[in-house]
Amino acid sequence: MAQGSKDHISVGTSDPEEDSPNMIVYRKIEDIVSRLQDEKTGGVPIRTVKSFLSKIPSVVSGTDIVQWLMKNLCIDDTAEAIHLGSLIAAHGYFFPISDHVLTLKDDGTFYRFQSPYFWPSNCWEPENTDYAIYLCKRTMQNKARLELADYEAENLARLQRAFARKWEFIFMQAEAQVKIDRKKDKVERKILDSQERAFWDVHRPVPGCVNTTEMDIRKCRRERNPHRVRKSVYGVTDETQAQNPANTTQTARKPTREDVQKEISFLNTQLDRHCIKMSKVADSLMGYTEQFMEYDPLVSSPEPSNPWISDDATYWDLEASKDPNQHRVKKWGFSLDEALRDPAGREQFLKFLESEFSSENLRFWLAVQDLKRQPLQDVATRAQEIWQEFLAEGAPSSINLDSHSYEVTSQNIKDPGRFSFEDAQEHIFKLMKSDSYSRFLRSSIYQDLLLARKKPESEQGRRTSLEKFTRSVGKSLTGKRLTGLMQSS
Amino acid sequence: MGEMEQLRKEAESLKDQITAARKAVADATLPDTVSSTAVVGRVQLKTRKTLRGHLAKIYAMHWATDAKLCVSASQDGKLIVWDTLTTNKVNAIPLKSSWVMTCAYAPSGNMVACGGLDNMCSIYNLKGKDGNVKVMRELAAHTGYLSCCRFLSDSEIITSSGDCTCLLWDIETGTQKTTFAGHLGDCMSLAVPGDFKTFVSGACDFTAKLWDIRDSNCTHTFSGHESDVNAIAFFPNGNAVITGSDDATCKLFDLRSDQELITYQDSSIMCGVTSIAPSLSGRLILAGYDDFNVNIWDSLKAERVGVLAGHDNRVSCIGVSTDGMACCTGSWDSFLPSFSFKGQDNVMRLCKQNKQQYL
Repeated sequence: MAQGSKDHISVGTSDPEEDSPNMIVYRKIEDIVSRLQDEKTGGVPIRTVKSFLSKIPSVVSGTDIVQWLMKNLCIDDTAEAIHLGSLIAAHGYFFPISDHVLTLKDDGTFYRFQSPYFWPSNCWEPENTDYAIYLCKRTMQNKARLELADYEAENLARLQRAFARKWEFIFMQAEAQVKIDRKKDKVERKILDSQERAFWDVHRPVPGCVNTTEMDIRKCRRERNPHRVRKSVYGVTDETQAQNPANTTQTARKPTREDVQKEISFLNTQLDRHCIKMSKVADSLMGYTEQFMEYDPLVSSPEPSNPWISDDATYWDLEASKDPNQHRVKKWGFSLDEALRDPAGREQFLKFLESEFSSENLRFWLAVQDLKRQPLQDVATRAQEIWQEFLAEGAPSSINLDSHSYEVTSQNIKDPGRFSFEDAQEHIFKLMKSDSYSRFLRSSIYQDLLLARKKPESEQGRRTSLEKFTRSVGKSLTGKRLTGLMQSS
Repeated sequence: MGEMEQLRKEAESLKDQITAARKAVADATLPDTVSSTAVVGRVQLKTRKTLRGHLAKIYAMHWATDAKLCVSASQDGKLIVWDTLTTNKVNAIPLKSSWVMTCAYAPSGNMVACGGLDNMCSIYNLKGKDGNVKVMRELAAHTGYLSCCRFLSDSEIITSSGDCTCLLWDIETGTQKTTFAGHLGDCMSLAVPGDFKTFVSGACDFTAKLWDIRDSNCTHTFSGHESDVNAIAFFPNGNAVITGSDDATCKLFDLRSDQELITYQDSSIMCGVTSIAPSLSGRLILAGYDDFNVNIWDSLKAERVGVLAGHDNRVSCIGVSTDGMACCTGSWDSFLPSFSFKGQDNVMRLCKQNKQQYL
């Protein structure tokens, strides 16, 4: 993977239009839509269909589109093809001729393709005056197919209130548009009317439908060059409407000598870095996921049940309990990190270390972890306490640090902070990992838990095991030894 | 002029050397290594709970470490803390600025943070004495929108911003401690690993960077994406990073071999990735897309093994709980959900309630 393949210093000087996320998606969709319509190269059949008294020009069935998508985009699942098709429809690239709701259905519903003039990639941001003109002109034409839907009638009413002062102007524009439309050929008009309607279905969707023109406000700033934005279908611009304040063009900063020098020093560090072979990395990833897959509730069913499904919180109780089950104990064996992550694991490891009289390492590690969470005001005192307990001359729980770490730490402690013991902690962790941790895993404390061996804890249990013991040992034991055993257990 | 030329040449030559060095360790690819492993079986997740109550687009959500509570931020100007089991709202915090873009839950559970177009990170104390949730701190220093924030502890938080930098703050004093500068585009998101010694950020300069928290240096830069990196997360082993981008792909980068391991893409996926989260073992990667779906990938085989198609608008955020049991998705939706799927378990959806108004 070439590091040098992209000169990042020049990001921002390339055409901002092409870089914007919406544009990337539009280009992909437009590629598909162009292929869809190209009958010569296997596109869908676009036909004029005879209906009751008239003809329906230039349509294709939903099923044909779904089939094409499945075949040409290698989609196996019909639902996926429908989902993709609906997305393309929601962006307005094709639309059902008899519905304002822009989705794709896998049946005989008729669809028409949108004119490239109305494509979203043309940076349309039509204003409400335009929408008002559109709705107004629809009411002027006496055609059933142009009747306003309920939500459109509501919108018109609201617009009339909002634009009360300039309604005469809007009305005149609408009349002018009707005149222009009347001059067009009947069939052409049918097609254009439907395309215009589909355009408005994208920019003023049916309530409850997704508005695909909405932009992520974080991307808004770089989104459009204000000069390319198209605000009016009917050639009417409203100067009183304020520019979208989020639209400001970004000019890239020219890289300075310092920038390049910084880059060079960074590249040098990268070059000097020791990298592990990919094969090793891949193996370790495989190993890790394999190990943890049985603990991954999205992959393997947790025992006894997943609380989200069964509404039985037993699993969570088991995880939180101080008596860990075998499943939990097994995880401690994956790594020292895993063992320390579980409070019960920490407890057992500490117990083991105490039995070896080497608990100071873990106690130091835990104390430093705790220090990092202390409020600022307590940090200095706490840090001093840790120094006194574990590192100072004659410390009661003296830990074994190498001279380098000791030097660094004694310097740090002069100005105590949360991270004064970082070096020391890392060193101690490595020590525990390579030494005591592996012994812990072999210890009876751990093995008993792992294999769920029952310990003779209760009185009854003790008596029973003693009975067994005496019977099995028999005559070779003296009474004194028995008493001694009883006292120590 | 001559010096700049020389410096540029030096940089180019170093880049070439690095490319060669990376190739040298690329003795195997991930697909080859796992060729004998079977793909994970089809994953079917069912919506178990729907958290309703937001009135506008949901931009962010974050789980608490107890795996039961979570916080979500919406452009209706509210931060809501949910008890996901009962779907009750534990807190509904009104915000000063409704243009919120991110939220975070402190590991201790004591605080939540949020920020957005106000360029600030506001910290709220959930465990105040009188039971009221109040603003504890307002961290202001960024000169661009706050895109993401993550607590390291109750005393430290890291924020990423549209001003191309990330900052480490001391919450108690309300001051910035460290600046992480180097990205050439808006920082869109950040992620913190278990050891809190490093963090990664994804930005609109198409790269992801790994930073050392203590010395503020950028130690790794990962390129390869062809558009903004919107989402980033650590792989559970802490040695790899997963990213999601507007180029409709997700990628897995390894820290130790300092390069891309694999890309998760499909020709039928055209829309950008907005959010990403690994499952507990890392075997599954859940990614939210602008095409309203969440795709579930087998991280080793790079095949899609599941789709969550319950939202009616962009999936803006996703999170897997710390115990790996449940996955929560948030969206820009407006429909009340009425879908059900066959299958196993644990998806939660955050949806808004009301219809849109345009005029």
